[in-house]
Order: sequence, then structure tokens, then C-alpha cells
Amino acid sequence: MGKLKLKEHVITREWCKGCGICVHFCPKQVLELDDQDKVFAARREDCICCELCELRCPDLAIEIETEQGSE
Amino acid sequence: MAIKDYIRERFFPHIWCPGCGHGTVMNSLLRALESLGMSRNEIVMVSGIGCSSRISGYVDFHTLHTIHGRALAFATGVKLSRPELNLIVPMGDGDALAIGGNHFIHAARRNIDITAIVMNNRIYGMTGGQFSPLSGYGTMATTAPYSNIDHAFDTVELAIAAGATFVARSTSYHVKQLSKILRDAILHEGFSVVEVLSQCPTYFGRKNRAGSAVDMMEQYKNDTTPIGSKAKKENPDLIERGIFVQKEMPEYCREYDKIIEKAMKGN
Amino acid sequence: MKENIKFIQGNEACVEGALYAGLEFFAGYPITPSTEIAELMSYRLPQKGCRFIQMEDEIASMSAIIGASLTGHKVMTATSGPGFSLMQEALGYAVMAEIPCVIVNVQRGGPSTGIPTHVSQGDVNQARWGTHGDHAIVTLTASNHQDVFAMTVEGFNIAETYRTPVILLFDEVIGHMRERLVVPEEGEIPLVERLRTSVSEGVDYHPYLPREDGRLPMSDFGGVHRYNVTGLFHDMWGFPSDNPQVVHDLLRHLVDKINNNVNQITNFKSYYLDDAESVLISYGSSARSALHVVELLRPRGERIGLLELQTLWPFPDQLVRRTCEHAKHVIVVEMNMGQILQEVRRVVDQPRKVFLANRIDGVFITPRDIRNIMRLVQGKGV
Ligand SMILES: Cc1ncc(C[n+]2csc(CCOP(=O)(O)OP(=O)(O)O)c2C)c(N)n1
Ligand code: SF4
Ligand SMILES: [Mg+2]
Repeated sequence: MGKLKLKEHVITREWCKGCGICVHFCPKQVLELDDQDKVFAARREDCICCELCELRCPDLAIEIETEQGSE
Repeated sequence: MAIKDYIRERFFPHIWCPGCGHGTVMNSLLRALESLGMSRNEIVMVSGIGCSSRISGYVDFHTLHTIHGRALAFATGVKLSRPELNLIVPMGDGDALAIGGNHFIHAARRNIDITAIVMNNRIYGMTGGQFSPLSGYGTMATTAPYSNIDHAFDTVELAIAAGATFVARSTSYHVKQLSKILRDAILHEGFSVVEVLSQCPTYFGRKNRAGSAVDMMEQYKNDTTPIGSKAKKENPDLIERGIFVQKEMPEYCREYDKIIEKAMKGN
Repeated sequence: MKENIKFIQGNEACVEGALYAGLEFFAGYPITPSTEIAELMSYRLPQKGCRFIQMEDEIASMSAIIGASLTGHKVMTATSGPGFSLMQEALGYAVMAEIPCVIVNVQRGGPSTGIPTHVSQGDVNQARWGTHGDHAIVTLTASNHQDVFAMTVEGFNIAETYRTPVILLFDEVIGHMRERLVVPEEGEIPLVERLRTSVSEGVDYHPYLPREDGRLPMSDFGGVHRYNVTGLFHDMWGFPSDNPQVVHDLLRHLVDKINNNVNQITNFKSYYLDDAESVLISYGSSARSALHVVELLRPRGERIGLLELQTLWPFPDQLVRRTCEHAKHVIVVEMNMGQILQEVRRVVDQPRKVFLANRIDGVFITPRDIRNIMRLVQGKGV
């Protein structure tokens, strides 16, 4: 069995209020706000699936979907 | 079950401001409940009035949104009349410790099995930024335009003195710790108090030049430390996080069961 | 004495009535002259496997019984003036959230701490309008222990039928006086039990959608239906709403469910009213003195009768209007400054023929007091 690997940043755009908490505290600077102040994964390949964005989001707007990596 | 199974999705997005810590507290609470695998039918959430108290509308449990300050008294009625239910009572700092202060200490004294969460943003959010009993000396608020001369309670010390048998503190920054603490608090049999420092960027933040939600969370990171840490010895101003008290004491509803036994024997 | 015949205080009769009605949870805070109710509850409830709690104040007591009602239990609290004042916000919550519960107020003299060990009927309007906002409320009273028992049972029945708080407005004399009570056999007085929803698990349940007959089936907290209860205006699921239609409809519903059923909710007793030229109207302990006057004067040929009100709110407008139609004068006997007098004047055709016989000094109104005032009214001089 391999390590957990990112499948997708599932973002509920209508719930995101653009507070920037996830963007600021992401240890790998994966996330950014777009021109409508909604979060998106700008550098998804850098994501380490720590899920801190998901855990801290006050709006339950971001979810890290993972899958088993094949080694 | 996934987190989303514990919420009433049709009411989202919620009413809290962008960056409000209360949303994060809800997030951590849901994760705690998910990790416990608790059935939604066994959970009753009772809240009072305030931004924080709106949490009860969003979660898919039995929910009782009551009146300002009295949530613990309502919850006491629910719990004592049906002890098998799990009672969670999130409150604002004003809700819990100003208007509801009396109910808070008495619920603690009885050691009734309820999990009380004090969502402490040091301000009256819902009414627009008046000082609370947790704002503290020297803070600014719409009712303390020259600065606040009221001293703050220490929620943890108050809860311990009143007899709570589980007392802990965390912040909206320390989400992993928060979730774990909430989990332990819910599992604890007796009155548990979890104080969560939860930023209100809209009123406390603005009035006190504390910056954005992110800045306020940075402060939680920098101004707090685990209980008994070396850092605390070097800098006594740091606020301690963690579980302060966790002890076994007879729980109120169980004690009442014994009263029933006695009374029935006498018949 | 047979076991079901008791010689007890009115407060104890109230406890007996509540237990007969199926009371399962009581929360309270001691206050004269209602304290015996809490004391006796703490003794009796655990004997039936039920629960009593002494809370930290009356706000908490009222709040706790609402919580306990939601888990499917019949609940009660008891207090007197100062405590009743403290309960008003939570009482309004029970109105708004439609929570069946019974609140006893054994009245003493007010305002404020007033005169704790003496009688008064000064809280009649507080019972009606003590909590803020438009609303309807049910208030019952009684003048003797058998009726205290019966009205207590009736209070629980009304609370369950209409999903509403019911106030039992007794007074110090009734509460503390000792007299005979015959506890009825089981089944002698019909009981209304909690109406629970038949909607099964997984099917959408609407806690605030009245059935065709106006009743709202409940689902116990802890059961299979999870819903929201709030003191905010709310939709049929119990979720907050400020939609003008929702707000309007809910307020109308809260008021109409009581006011459209005045006849069913009205309890009263009439004595010699058929041909009465002088109509006394009274309630609670003062009705005892009023009845005494009637029974004294009837044998002397005076055409006098008594309407004893047991339901004070909703006020039985029609009953009172009809009763007073042919009277030469109407005398309202009460121990306050004319709170029911106002209501009687409001509903009769000739308000000027309505007079007040009262006492407001903490002393029980006697038949002699009433007769003195009647002589004035009848132009006979004192
Ligand atoms: C009896 C009563 N007094 C005052 C209010 C107004 N009020 C509503 S919420 C609130 C304070 C809210 O502050 P807090 O409890 O700290 O919660 P927050 O909004 O900050 O989460 C006040 C004073 C009320 N609803 N009821
Ligand atoms: S006012 Fe403050 S506490 Fe209320 S929702 Fe906004 S940020 Fe949160
Ligand atoms: Mg607050």
C-alpha cells in the first residue's frame, strides 16, 4: 500500500467567503484566491495532503480528497 | 459518516462573517463527533443567543436554540429527563459568562454530564461589538469607547473553582488539538468546559486594531503555549492551552438514579 | 380515613393533581407561598421513578422544564410573584416554540417582594401580558381544593392539547388553607397524553405544521426525527425565518389556536344565576367569600347569584356578557385594584353597572366586606 495522495481539492465555491485563512496557513502555499475572492488550488502538485486548510476553514468550503498512491 | 452528513446543507453558506472563528469551532466539533462515530439521534445541541449560538441551526442533531444566557438551564432539563442523550452546549462569552454566568457555575457545581463550549471572541458579536466579561482591561468596544475598565474572568479558573470535572482550552488556530479536546470532553462523564479562543475580526478585530482573521489567528499561535511549557515559565503572559482538569466525580444524573432507588425502596 | 380522602393544603392538592395528570419532571426554586409544592415534589416524584431538580433560580427552572418537555415528558414548575416575573422571558419562549408545560403561581402581594405571606390576586394581568409581544395564553384558577386538583389536571390537558404553556394562578389563601380533597379514581378524569407524530423515520416531519384539527403532533428529542426549536419566528420545520408571510401566519396561529377555542378552554361555575339581579363575579379564594354572601342572601329572598371564573385567560367574553345581560348590577369580587373588573367592563353592554368589591391590604376579603360594598351599590348605605 502506498501513501495517501491527492485526488482533488474539492471546493464549494458558494460557501467560500474568501477570508484567506487556508491560503495563509497552507504550509506549501498551494492555495490562492481568484479575482472573485474564492479559493482555488494554484499549485496542486505541491499539496502534501496535511488537510489543515480543510480543518481550519470556517465555512466548510474546502475538502481534500485523497486516494491510495500506487508505489 | 462524512462531515457533511452532520450538517443541514440547505442553510449554507452560514451567516457568520468571513474569517469568523465560530465556523472553525463548528468544523472541529463536527470532526470530533465524526471520529466518535456518534449517531445524530443521540446528540442534542442546546444554544443560547449570539453569533455563536447560531451554530445549532446548521448541525443535523436535535437542536434547541433558546434564549440569551440560559442554554445550560434548558440543557439541564433535557439531560436530567433523558440522561442517555449526549448534550452539547456551545455558548458565546457573553452568553456563557455574563447573562449566563450563574447557570454556568451551577451546572459545573452539579457535575451534570454536559459538554459546554465557550466560543470566546472577547466581544458581543451579535449586537455589534460591546465589551464582554472576557474582553479584559484596556480593550476597546462600542460601550468602552475610552477603553474598558472591567477585568476579565479566566474561564478556566472559574470553571475549575465551580467544580467542572473536565476543563480545557484551545483556539481556532490549533484545530487538531481542538478537535481532540472536544472529543475528550464529549467522552468525559460529567460537566466539561472547553474554552475556545475564536476570532471576531468584524468587531473585536476592528475595534482593537488586531488586523484580519489571519492576523488574529497568528496571535493565537504566538500568544499561547501548551500547559506547563518551558515557554510559559519564561513568559508568564502566554495563555496556556490543553486539558487543565480531567477527573472522575459522581455525575448528577447517576446520583439522581440513586435517589430514585432510595425513594422507591421507601414505598 | 380512606387513602384517597385527604385533609391537606391547596399546594398539596396541586401536587396531587399534577401527579394524577402524569407529571414526570419538576424544576423549581423555593418561594413563599408556593414552596410546599417543590418540597412535596422532591419527595413524591422519585417514588414514581420521575425527576425533581432545584435549580439556581426561576429563570433556570422555567428553562429546565421546557427542555424536559421536549424529551416527551409532562412538566411543571411553581413559584410566586418575584419568581413569576423572572420566568417571563422563558415563558414567552414556550409560547413561541409551542412547548406544553404548566406554571403554578401561588400569588402573594406585590409589587416587588411585597407581602410574601399574605394573599393577593394582583398577578392576573401579569399572567396575561407578563411576557413581551403579542400572544395568547391560558390561565386557570380555583377556589377550593377539589377544584385545585381538577384545574391542575385540566391545565395539563390543555397544555398537551394546544401545545402551550398553561398558568395555574392560585393564591396564598388557597395554597395554605387546609381542607378535604377526595382524589378521584384512576380514569375518573380523562387525561390528554402527548400527541406524537405517526410520521416514520426517514420521512420529512414538520414539527410546526398543524394538522387539520389544529393540533401539532410532536416528536421527542432523542427520537428518529431531528428538528430545530427556536424562539425566533420559524417555518414549519422550526427554522428561523423573517419572511413576512411566515411571521404573520405563525403569530396568527399562536393566537388563534387559543382564541378560537375559548369555549373548550373555558371552565366556570355558576350559582343561582338564572334569575339573578345582582351578579357577583369572582375567582380563586375570593370566590369563597362571594359564594358565602350569595348563600346568605338567597334565603332572604335576594335575587343574587355568582359566576365563578376558573378560566381567566382567554377571557370568556361571551359567557360573561350573557351572564350579565339582565343583571341590575354586577359586582366583581377580587383582591387587586380591578384587573378582572376591567375585563368585565370591556365585555358587558353597560359598563357603568359593573362595580368592584376588593381588598388590597393583604387581608382576605370577607363576606362582610363584600356586603358592605353591595349596600353602597344598592344605595342602602353602609
Ligand atoms: C435577555 C437578552 N438581553 C440581551 C440580548 C441581546 N443580545 C443578543 S446576543 C448578545 C451578546 C452576544 O455576545 P456573545 O454571547 O459573546 O456571543 P457572540 O455573538 O459574540 O458569539 C446580546 C447582548 C438578548 N437577546 N436577550
Ligand atoms: S460579528 Fe464577529 S462573531 Fe459575529 S459572525 Fe461576525 S465575526 Fe463572527
Ligand atoms: Mg462573544
